[in-house]
Amino acid sequence: MWVYEKKLQYPVRVSTCNPMLAKFLIEQYGGADGELAAALRYLNQRYSIPDQVIGLLTDIGTEEFAHLEMIATMVYKLTKDATPDQLREAGLGDHYADHDRALFYHNAAGVPWTATYIQAKGDPIADLYEDIAAEEKARATYQWIINMSDDPDLNDGLRFLREREIVHSQRFREAVEILKEERDRKKFF
Amino acid sequence: MRQMPPEYYSRLEDLQAVDFVIVELTLYLDTHPGDMEAIQQYNAYVKQRKAMKNEFEKDFGSLTNFGYSHSSYPWDWKEAPWPWQV
Amino acid sequence: MQSRHKIYRPYISPFDPCPPITVKTYSTPPNLYLGFQPPGLPQFAPSEALRKGTLWKVFYDPYYSPLERAKEETGP
Repeated sequence: MWVYEKKLQYPVRVSTCNPMLAKFLIEQYGGADGELAAALRYLNQRYSIPDQVIGLLTDIGTEEFAHLEMIATMVYKLTKDATPDQLREAGLGDHYADHDRALFYHNAAGVPWTATYIQAKGDPIADLYEDIAAEEKARATYQWIINMSDDPDLNDGLRFLREREIVHSQRFREAVEILKEERDRKKFF
Repeated sequence: MRQMPPEYYSRLEDLQAVDFVIVELTLYLDTHPGDMEAIQQYNAYVKQRKAMKNEFEKDFGSLTNFGYSHSSYPWDWKEAPWPWQV
Repeated sequence: MQSRHKIYRPYISPFDPCPPITVKTYSTPPNLYLGFQPPGLPQFAPSEALRKGTLWKVFYDPYYSPLERAKEETGP
């Protein structure tokens, strides 16, 4: 069962009126390594994973929806006051023709989201290594978006999201260690 | 729908900070279930959070529905601003 | 303590059409080196933790764009 809280996880601020950034941010909304992919991947895998790790997948999957909301907020703030001409100049003409200023689950190149971006192999080690890889890919994507943005407030939000990927990656690595079941047999630190 | 005063933002961020610590401790405890100190820290923050949430909601409206918050009259859950508008 | 990024020098050919980038970097954040997180690591205060994106100092790995880093070097 899900409960929604009517506040963002982090105070998102966008200080520069530059709709072009929305084109790149959407990669983390509807892209292969974005927040939607992460949320759906973990929340789906949790049905077939050993009990010790279900809590972690549920909690991280839920947090990813909060991050999806943050990306949506950034895109919303950058596009809600843009004219069709400004959107076209920002490279968002294709999107506008189909959606006006509505958000949609596609990546920066306009490719719509697909379940082929995620996997649930049923093998817990395979699934967890996919999750670690997903977090590293998301971390890298935030780096590339930060590289293209000169908006310091927006970048603070992106740095927060990138840091979350680092922590999630850490937790998934720990989950692998838990499932290897070697931790009681040797010292771990 | 009303515009939010400046103190809304600082109080919101205070609540976001406490909630964030709770999220971090939740993920940590998912892989470290035996860490007594972390559990104590978690419970202390949960208690603090309850009080902060109640105060915030009194002034700025419900943060949750489906029974996790009380409502004032008229029903305020559906009122703007929503998080992406703030 | 490991550095948070590494560098390498790609091969540069005399026939490369564009001015070469001689040094490339890649990120190596703390989660690569920590292993299972030990209990009791130093924490940030809540408001700082929120801004930085993590409760534990060991994980903090801020990433700045080349534009931001250039501004820092030349000063305000």
